[in-house]
Amino acid sequence: MRKVFFFIFINFIIFSKLNALIEVDITRGNLDPLPIAVSPLHVDIKSEEQKDIKVRDLGINISKIIENNFRRTGLFNPLKKEAFVQKPDIAHLKPRFEDWRLIKAQALVTGKILVKDEKLKVEFRLWDLTAAQEMTALAFTTTPSNWRRVAHIISDKIYERLTGEEGYFDTRIIYVAESGPKNQRVKKLAIMDQDGFNTKYLTLGNELVLTPRFNPTNQMVTYMSYFRNMPRVYLLDIETGTQEVVGNFPGMTFAPRFSPDGKKIIMSFAKDGNSDIYTMDLESRVVERITEHSSIDTSPSFSPDGKFIAFNSDRSGLQQIYVMRSDGSGVKRITFGKGIYGTPVWSPRGDLIAFTKMHKGKFYIGVMRIDGTGERLLTENYYQEAPSWSPNGRVLVFYRETKAGEKGEGFTAKLWSIDITGYNERKLSTKTDASDPSWSSLLSK
Amino acid sequence: MTLNTNLKNILLVVFTTLLLSACSTAKKSGDIDGDVYTGKETVEYLATGVPDRVFFATNKSSLTTASRATLRKQATFLRKNKNLNVTIEGHADERGTREYNLALGERRANAARDYLMTYGISGKRISVISYGKEKPVNPKSSPLAWSQNRRSVTVKVN
Repeated sequence: MRKVFFFIFINFIIFSKLNALIEVDITRGNLDPLPIAVSPLHVDIKSEEQKDIKVRDLGINISKIIENNFRRTGLFNPLKKEAFVQKPDIAHLKPRFEDWRLIKAQALVTGKILVKDEKLKVEFRLWDLTAAQEMTALAFTTTPSNWRRVAHIISDKIYERLTGEEGYFDTRIIYVAESGPKNQRVKKLAIMDQDGFNTKYLTLGNELVLTPRFNPTNQMVTYMSYFRNMPRVYLLDIETGTQEVVGNFPGMTFAPRFSPDGKKIIMSFAKDGNSDIYTMDLESRVVERITEHSSIDTSPSFSPDGKFIAFNSDRSGLQQIYVMRSDGSGVKRITFGKGIYGTPVWSPRGDLIAFTKMHKGKFYIGVMRIDGTGERLLTENYYQEAPSWSPNGRVLVFYRETKAGEKGEGFTAKLWSIDITGYNERKLSTKTDASDPSWSSLLSK
Repeated sequence: MTLNTNLKNILLVVFTTLLLSACSTAKKSGDIDGDVYTGKETVEYLATGVPDRVFFATNKSSLTTASRATLRKQATFLRKNKNLNVTIEGHADERGTREYNLALGERRANAARDYLMTYGISGKRISVISYGKEKPVNPKSSPLAWSQNRRSVTVKVN
């Protein structure tokens, strides 16, 4: 994969917090999304043509990406452009607030771009139409090929300004792309922008690959591969494409994730019918055994401070979720509800654990506090599992499979997302069937 | 863990066992006993009269009486064919989380391997691999298909 170097120079032009009247509450399902007008960005006439990029359409295309990002949050209602009353360049200088209020907009995004000397210069403003003032403004420079990311970065800044929380648009999702009949699935590692664009395949599909996860800087991926029919945990450098087996285990290693500092991989190692949890330090190569129990211990997930590990184990008979200190001491079961619990994933905020629950033939994605109290089931389906958090801890992505008929027909695997409020369930757009999603952190942080 | 919760767990286990046995007598029909597959539809043979696979109950890796009989036939066959090595592939149905199923498949394959070893087959001749829920033999989403997919399959490697 080509190198993705991304330089941004952010100069805060103005940052005013005075008397802002609009804000968006993201702590509950929003039944009244904020009407927002995203004006096409004005393209400076001094802009130069670029190979592979339609510079003249950049302004409208960037505004559409922003609108789509906002629409998918369920928190905003991007208004139709046909009703817009001001030209982009004029609106960007100073909008006629009363005109925009007429179309019921409460917030307005304007901007302009200049493509010159192989650089893309962007500036945008967010206007509070009710208070008739600018809320935030920002300018930055990047390479023209990064124009989609420009739209995501603008989306993040506006989301942050209006909700008070970090955005999650300038992110990627790594997943397993699936094709072929159900009993002969071809699986490849794939990576895409969170809005489903820029899909790239990282493996060819010659061997079965499963459960990819990003490291904290999004440059490395750990996953499981059946390369040479030996199921092992691998480490892949996305930029260079180099791959290596993690550790030297005499048997299957699986269910890998990175530690929050990115220095270790935690995973399960199966030997003689018993799976336990191990870590390996990527620099020193020192392997540590974390659990030692005759049960299946797997799906480990570090707390964001690295002090605790959640995992699932069937030591009580059926799969339940446990929490322990990162050295393996103090193991404590936290799930006691009806059903089977698996795939605990600690939220980036540290306050919740997302999980899969199986009960009476149904599969649920839910969240609970880290002591197991306050369980909330967000979505019920025939089959779904493996939640992964958006970097701001507000949205979960997971995969869902459908029932298959006699010859496997009707079987699909797709990525879905849901807000932790339990609202805003959405199917993600992927080029192929997809499973095992893992959400990156913010790329431009 | 306190004594109290220990006792509670024991009671729970006893209770679940009662429930399960109640279920298994109730559900005995056709090619499924309890929820273990007993039919021959997907079975292949290492040699005449030597079935290549055994089946398991949901979330379980214990061998049924029928499974043990099958594995004894495999052991006899392997004793007669001293130069033959095998791989035991462990599989799970699609009704569990992917990672747990990988471990469960490994546990099932090892249950079969251990049994072959108690019948005198050297562990060096038997490798195991788990495919979890990745390679169903029957792609349908039905209790019968799931019971056929919960299996360990002995495969000749040379």
